[in-house]
Parts: sequence; C-alpha cells; structure tokens
Amino acid sequence: MTLALYVPRGSAVHRLPAGSKLLALAALAVMLFALPTLPAAGAALAGVLAVGLLAARLPVAVLVRQARAVRWWLLALLVVHALTTDWRTGAHVALRLLTLVLAAAVVTATTRVNAMVAVVERLCAPLRLVGVRPARVGLAITMALRFIPVLVERADRIREAQAARGGSPRGVRALRTTIAPLLVQVLQMAHDVSEALDARGADDVPPPRRRRSPTPEAS
Amino acid sequence: MRFRRPGAVAATGTDVADPGRGVELHAVGHRYGDRVVLEGIDLTLTERRVGVIGANGSGKSTFARLLNGLVVPSEGRVLVDGLDTATQVRAVRRRVGFVFQDPDAQIVHPTVAEDVAYGLENQGVPAQERAVRVAEVLARYGLAGHADHPAHLLSGGQKQLLAIAGVLVMQPARIVFDEPTTLLDLVNARRVAELIAGLDQQVVVVTHQLDLLDGFDRVLVVDGGRVVCDDAPAAAVAAYRTLMADR
Amino acid sequence: MKTRDLAYTALFAAIIAVLGTLPAINVGPVPITAQTLGVMLAGSVLGARRGFLAVLLFLVLVAIGLPLLASGAGGLAPFAGASAGYLYSWPVAAAVIGWLTERTWDRYNVAIGMLANVLGGIVVVYAVGVPVLKVVAGLPWDTAFWSGAAVFVPGDLVKAFAAAAIADVVRRSYPVIERPRRAAGAR
Repeated sequence: MTLALYVPRGSAVHRLPAGSKLLALAALAVMLFALPTLPAAGAALAGVLAVGLLAARLPVAVLVRQARAVRWWLLALLVVHALTTDWRTGAHVALRLLTLVLAAAVVTATTRVNAMVAVVERLCAPLRLVGVRPARVGLAITMALRFIPVLVERADRIREAQAARGGSPRGVRALRTTIAPLLVQVLQMAHDVSEALDARGADDVPPPRRRRSPTPEAS
Repeated sequence: MRFRRPGAVAATGTDVADPGRGVELHAVGHRYGDRVVLEGIDLTLTERRVGVIGANGSGKSTFARLLNGLVVPSEGRVLVDGLDTATQVRAVRRRVGFVFQDPDAQIVHPTVAEDVAYGLENQGVPAQERAVRVAEVLARYGLAGHADHPAHLLSGGQKQLLAIAGVLVMQPARIVFDEPTTLLDLVNARRVAELIAGLDQQVVVVTHQLDLLDGFDRVLVVDGGRVVCDDAPAAAVAAYRTLMADR
Repeated sequence: MKTRDLAYTALFAAIIAVLGTLPAINVGPVPITAQTLGVMLAGSVLGARRGFLAVLLFLVLVAIGLPLLASGAGGLAPFAGASAGYLYSWPVAAAVIGWLTERTWDRYNVAIGMLANVLGGIVVVYAVGVPVLKVVAGLPWDTAFWSGAAVFVPGDLVKAFAAAAIADVVRRSYPVIERPRRAAGAR
C-alpha cells in the first residue's frame, strides 16, 4: 500500500512552506463556495492545473489517479442534478468538487508528510490551554502511519496460518476466528510499542499544566 | 518508611542519583489482578553482567520491567541508584535503558536516523548535538549508510541493532535486555552478543539462550515468580537444567 | 493521556484507514465502505474518549493529504464534498457508541453491542450526514434521504452486528475499557 503521494521535484511549489499551501487550499474552498458559478469553477480548475502541471511539474498521471478516485461521485452528481434540477447546476457542482480534489492532490504531491505533521503540531499549539501537548499529537500521527503497513502484514499472516491448516473462514466464523484474534494481536502490539516508547522517555516531557503531586518527582 | 537510610538520596526528594548503589529490590512482589507473577524478591544488583533465566511464564519478563519502572511493583520497592521507580520514574528511565525482544515494537519513526534521535528529543537534547550523537552511534553499529533508510525495511538483525542504537545513544548507566537474540539467526545473535559483551554499562540480560551468559558475573534463575537460584553462571545454569529436567 | 492510550488511539486510526482499502461499493453520491465498521469498533473496543480521538486522528491523517478514505480520496476536499457530513459525524458516532458500551460494560453482549452500534453508528451518522448531503449537493429532502441513508441501512446493520460480535470477543480476551468507576479518572 502506497501511503505518501509525495512526488519529489525541485520546484518553487515544493519549496513553499506546508502551512501556506494548506492555507491556500482552504481559501480556494471558501472561494468556490462563495462564488457559486460555472465560470468561476472553470477558472479555478484551470488555475489548479497550471500550478500542478506547469509550476510544480507533476506528472499528469498523479492528477488523473485522484480524478479517477472520484469519478463515480462526479457522474452521480451530474445525473442526480440533471434529473432533479438542471444540467448546468450539475456541471457546476461536479466541476467544483473536481477542482478541490485536484487542488488537494497538488498540495499532497508537493509536501512531505513530515512537514504536514509539523503543521498539525503548530496548529495544535493553542490547544495547550486545554491540556493537549502538540508533540503527543505528532507522536500519535507517527504511530498511526507506522501501524498501517503492520496491520496489513499481520492480517496476511493470520490468513496464511489458517490456509495452512486448510481453512478459509467466511461470514460470522471469520469474525471470531480471524478478525477478533487479529485485533487482540495488534492491541498487544500497540501496548508493546507504548512500553518501548516510554522506555525511551516518551512521557518524559512534563504535562503543560503541572498538577500538584505528593511525589518528590522533579521535572 | 521501611527502607529509608540516614541521608539516603531518595528521602531528600531530589533526582540526584547515587551511582554506587546499583539496583535494589526490597521485598518486591507483583500481581496482575489476582495472578501473582513475582513474590518475595530481595536483591541488590551491582555486578557488571547479570543474567536472568527461567521458563516461559516464570515472571522473568516482569522482573526485567521492574528495573526501569515499566512495571511498578504492587508490593515493596525498587531503587535504581537510590531513585525509586514508583515515584521518580523519569529519572530512573534516564539511567536505565531497555531493549525489547521484538525490535518492531521499538521502532516507530519512518527513518533510521529519526528513530535513533527519538530518545534524545525526549531528553531535550539540542538538534545539533542530537545529530552528532546519532551519527556517532550509527557509525559504531554499522548503520552509517542507512541513516535515511526506511526503518521498517531493514533486515531483522539490522532492526535489532537499530533498536539497541536507539537506547545506547541516550547513554544510560545501565541497560536491561529482554530476550534480545530470540528472534535472530545465529550470525546476528552472535553479533548482538558481542555488542553486549563490549558495553561499559551494567547489563542485565533476560534470555533463553544460555551461551549468551558466558563470562557473566551473576545469574538468577526465576521460577514460579521467585528467584530460586542466585549464583555464578555455571552453577546457575546447572541448577536450571536440573529444574527443567524434573518437569 | 498515557502513551499506551495514545498507541491504542493511533492503532484504531490505522485500522479505519486499512478498512478503507477494502473495495467500496458505489450506490449514488455516497459510497458503501467498510470504514464505518472501523468507527463502530473504535467506540466499542476503546470506549468514548479514546474512540472519539481515534476517529478524529484518522480524519487528521486524511486532512493532511493521505489518501486514506475508501476509493483513495484524501486531503481537505472530502471535508467540503457531498459526503462531508458523514465524516464529521464519525467521531461523534464513536463517542456515543463508546459511552453506551462503557455504561453496559458489565453485562455487554452481542445484542447490547449491536443496539449501541445502531444508535451511534447509524442514527447519529445519518442525523448529521443527510442534512449536509442535502445542502452541499443541493438535493431535495426525499432524494437526500433515499440516496444518503436508506440504501445503506442493510449494510450498516451487518456492520453493527459484526462490530458487536468482534467487540464481545475482544472484551473477554483483551479488555481495553476499564470498569466504569475508573474510566472517569483517566488523565
């Protein structure tokens, strides 16, 4: 499973800070909903394609793949609107969706995941007030990304082990003999990972709001 | 309190360690719910090389986890250089590194260098010094060329070296290894054994691989949650073989 | 939050992501996916707080551009699209399921679990999802209801049952939810 859609290039778009790219994306979304006309959506799409293909020098295939992922949505929007309102509205709504999907694809393809994680950590900074530690949010993201390929691998291993004993359970039996054991296995793994993180001082950073505590522990 | 000594560091409420004291277990017992996993353990470990052996489920993994505060005992106290693992766990963990059986549980960051740097980040080591120390450790354990390599694509042996590097970079005074060679082939197991033998730190190794204990100073045999033998390696291993033969 | 709880939270965010790689069935503007099964599991295995955060974390991963939604969508666009309401409803759904599961923890069984999953994973999801679908896609109420809720009910009932059956096994072999009186004091 390919996770990151990052496409390395030395372009100016790549070098833009991740935060500004995300901000631009959000601004685009607001604009498209504030100016709900077909020409506006068309112009925005042209702009997104220009930035992605010309400025960032992304391969066409990257954008095509993202567009293909939503092709049924687009078609359904067109058809539903053609039946209930009119073709023009359908075309506009579909075009707007396509524009946003491609704009998000351009941002993703030009920004490393680590840079995104850093942005999320920065965005979480105000949440310190309610006791959220931004570094912990970053750690949670890192762990989730680490677990995704592990989960796929463990699921394959359980399937293999059962096939080796001549079984390939389906239906309700599969829930009990495959999915539930898999879940127990990965919960144990998550526990082990947290132990290993703690052993390297994951909870070494003191919480932002110091609790008064009877223990003599210093920071 | 029961074990306060006159002038003992723990009693003053600071995290200043007293390196000479080693690891002390005072009347330690531990239970998960109703299940007793360890009981009646009174020991002081000051030797440079300590081995722990025992059957599956004997409690030796829990014993290992007591030594750096991953497990806080339900009875008694564990002191590391005078620091109590129950109340001064952060300071204890800085002094005691822990290497797990399965390196996959230990490696969480996308690349080798990032993963090694993780513990230093937690200690608040500045970025520049971090980079220097990470590079130094990677070079020492033959991972220098892999700094930007995706960590989960390393071989099993390299992963265990990476896991160990991630602990050594923090320069702990003592290191606990929980079955460090169980998942490795012969070549990699030997490499890890040599690495352990070359460490300056105090080392506590929990293992099923008895040849790993050659040249150790002291070996504990754990059975049914108790330390049933505490001797030099040859005598302890012999006692362990007799114990297992009787099953 | 303890590192262990953080790891469980990350694990379920990853589980929801992996469930998105199973093939989705397209029936109109909103696809039928296995991801809501993950949302139900997050609530019924982790409880309200960690379940909520797990789904929220998953949405953050999607928002920063990872193609983790069923059919490979990712980035911020889905949060403005026709089925955005369903995404917003997911963390709430996990929290409701988790809360109900915690309340019934001592006598939890597949029937109780299924009821919790239906209330949180079906009622809450449609209560948020359908109105958003109506507004964003500009559909009349009845079309929004039929294309955005009714066609999913059979599949959702199957998922609610599956999640309850799985949660029941996990509860007996590796319980993550603690007894209700302790759950409140967690940091």
